[in-house]
Amino acid sequence: MIGLSLAYLKDRALNTALNILLLALGVASLVILLLFSSQLENRFDRDAQGIDMVVGAKGSPLQLILSSVYHVDIPTGNVPLETVGLLRRQLGVAEAIPLALGDSFRTFRIVGTEPAYPALMGATLADGRMFAEPMEAVIGADVAARTGAGLGQRFVGGHGMGGGDEGPKHEETPFIVVGRLKPTGTVIDRLILTRIESVWAVHGIEAPHDDHHEGETEAEHADHDHEGESAEDHAAHVSPAEVTAVLARFGSPIAAVRLPGFVNRQTNLQAAVPAVEVSRLLALVGVGLDAVRAFAVLLMLTAGLSIFVALLTALKEREGDMAMLRVIGASRAAIIGQVASEGLILATAGAALGLLLGHAVIGLAAASIEQLHQLGLSATRFHPGEAWIVLAALAIGLIAALIPALRVLQSDIADTLANAR
Amino acid sequence: MPSPDTLSNQTPPEGPLVDARGLSHERDGRRVMAIGDWRLNPGNHALLLGPSGSGKSTFINIVTGLLTPSHGSISVAGEAMSTLAPADRDALRRRTIGLVFQTLRLIQALSVRDNLALAQRLALGRTDHAAIDQMIANVGLLHRADARPRQLSQGEGQRAAIARALVTRPRLLVADEPTSALDDGNAMRMIDLMFKTAEATGATLLVATHDGRIAHHFANRLDLAAPEPIAA
Repeated sequence: MIGLSLAYLKDRALNTALNILLLALGVASLVILLLFSSQLENRFDRDAQGIDMVVGAKGSPLQLILSSVYHVDIPTGNVPLETVGLLRRQLGVAEAIPLALGDSFRTFRIVGTEPAYPALMGATLADGRMFAEPMEAVIGADVAARTGAGLGQRFVGGHGMGGGDEGPKHEETPFIVVGRLKPTGTVIDRLILTRIESVWAVHGIEAPHDDHHEGETEAEHADHDHEGESAEDHAAHVSPAEVTAVLARFGSPIAAVRLPGFVNRQTNLQAAVPAVEVSRLLALVGVGLDAVRAFAVLLMLTAGLSIFVALLTALKEREGDMAMLRVIGASRAAIIGQVASEGLILATAGAALGLLLGHAVIGLAAASIEQLHQLGLSATRFHPGEAWIVLAALAIGLIAALIPALRVLQSDIADTLANAR
Repeated sequence: MPSPDTLSNQTPPEGPLVDARGLSHERDGRRVMAIGDWRLNPGNHALLLGPSGSGKSTFINIVTGLLTPSHGSISVAGEAMSTLAPADRDALRRRTIGLVFQTLRLIQALSVRDNLALAQRLALGRTDHAAIDQMIANVGLLHRADARPRQLSQGEGQRAAIARALVTRPRLLVADEPTSALDDGNAMRMIDLMFKTAEATGATLLVATHDGRIAHHFANRLDLAAPEPIAA
C-alpha cells in the first residue's frame, strides 16, 4: 500500500511538491527560531559563567556587558587601572580581572588581560604556554583554525574592533603566538589574549596621561596601593594607564547585593550584572521571537490545512478507486493505512526538508553575517526540541489524512460503485 | 486453515457456484429485484439480461456480498454469502470473485502491470510476476503493460480490466455492463476475450447487461423483467 501511496503522490507531483514545500517552510521557520534562540541563550549563559559583575565606564549597561563579556559591541569607554585594585579590596570579591580592548587581528579581538581570564572561562592550553611577557599572545581555538597561526607565528594587530584589516596597523609592535587554547565553545575561542602591557605598548602608552584619571576621585587615587597582580604593579610603576573593563567574581552573596549599587552610586564607574542585562535583552528579543514563532506555527497549520484539502479533493476523486480496492480485497484498515501513509509521506518529506532548510539557513547566516558567527551560531548542532517540531509535523500530516480517509470508509461501497459505474 | 491461495479456485466444486434461494430485494418498500431460485453451475457461463432498473446491479451486489438481500439467501462456492459477517464476506469475495465494471475502475496512478500486481497482492497476499505477464499477454496488452490507464484506448482499458479481474484466478468472474459502451465490433471482441480468458483460467462468467447484442453467446440466460411502474 506504501507503493500505491507513492504512486498517487507521484501522479499529482506538483500538488505534492507544493504541499511538501509549504510544510517545510513552517518546519524550517520553527527550527531556525529554536536553534537561534537556544544557541543564543546557551552562548550567553556559557560566556557569562563565573562573571558576576562587570565594571566599566558610564554608559549603557547592556553595551558594557556585550562588549566586555560577549565581545560583540564597542566598549562604553575606559576606566582607570586603579579600578582593579579598588574592586579587589572590596569584601566579597573573589576575583577581579582587567580587560583592555581596542585592537583586533582579522576580526579577532586582541584582549589585554591576565592568565586568570582564560582560567575563569575554563580554557586550557592545547599547546605552547601561557603569555608571560608583553607582546606574547595566546590564541583561541577558532583564531588558530581560521588564521592557521602556529606557535612562534608573528602578527600585527590593527586598530579598531570591527576587523584588523580596516584600521591602521601597529607594524612596529608585532605579537608572537606562544600558546594555543583548546576549544571551549565560548567567546574565548575567538579571542587573542595577551598582557595588558602589550595593549598599552602598541598604543605607545609609556607615561601617565591625565585623561586616564578622568572621573577618578582623589580618595580613590590615594587608595591605590600598587599591590596585587602584575598588570596593576606594572601600570602603577610604569604607566598609570587605563583598562576597558573589569570582570568580577563574587565570593559571597552579600557582594552581589551590595557591590553593584556601591559602584554605581559612589564612583564615576558603572557596574553591570550580566544575568540582569542578558535577561533584559532576551526579554526584548523574546517578544520579537514570540511573534515570529506564532507566525511559524500558523504557517505549519496552514500547511496541514493544505494537505487536508489536497487529500480530501484527491480522495473525492478516488472514491471509486477506494471502493474498488475494497471490492478486490483491501481491508478497511488497509484503506485507512494507505491514505494515512500518503499524509505521513508528505509530512515526513516536509519535516525532513524543513530540518535541512532550517539548519542550512542557520549555517548560511553564520557564514555570511559576522556578528552571528561571533555569537557561535552553528548549523551542525541539534536541539531536542526539533524532535517535537518533527512530531508535530507528522501529527498534522496524519490528522489531515485520517479525516478524509474515515469519510471515505463511512460511504457505502455499493452506492459508490453504483454512482461511479 | 487453508491459505487464500489454495482456496483461490482450481479444485472443481461439488455443488453450484452461485445458489440463490427465494431471492428478492426491496428498497424503500418497493421491490427492485426478484429472482427467486436460481443456480449457476461451474463452467456454465450465464447472462443476466434486463433493461435498466430491472435489478441486475442489485443482484450483482448481492452475489458479491456488497448488499444483503431483503428476502431469501444466496450462497457462493458453497458458502452462505448473505449471512456471513462483513469481514468474512470480504474474504469470500477476495478469494472467489473477480469483478469487471463498465467504467473499468483501474487505478489511474498505476501502470497496467502494477494494477494487476496490486489486485494479486490484495487477493493472494503475494505477487507472481510471471503470472501477471502471462495474463497481460493473454489479453494482448504486453506492449502496453507499462502504460497508465489514461493512456489506453477504451478497448485496451476493457482488456486490462478483465486481466485484473482474472489475475487472481477467481472461480467466478462477474461483469457489469462490460459491452454497453462499445460499438458492435469491440463488443464482440470483448465478449470473445472474456470467454477465452475465462476458459483459460477456469473461471465461470456471470455477465449482467441490457445489451442484447451479446445474448446469443450464452446458453444460460436469466431474464429480468422491467421494473414495476411506481403508482401515482
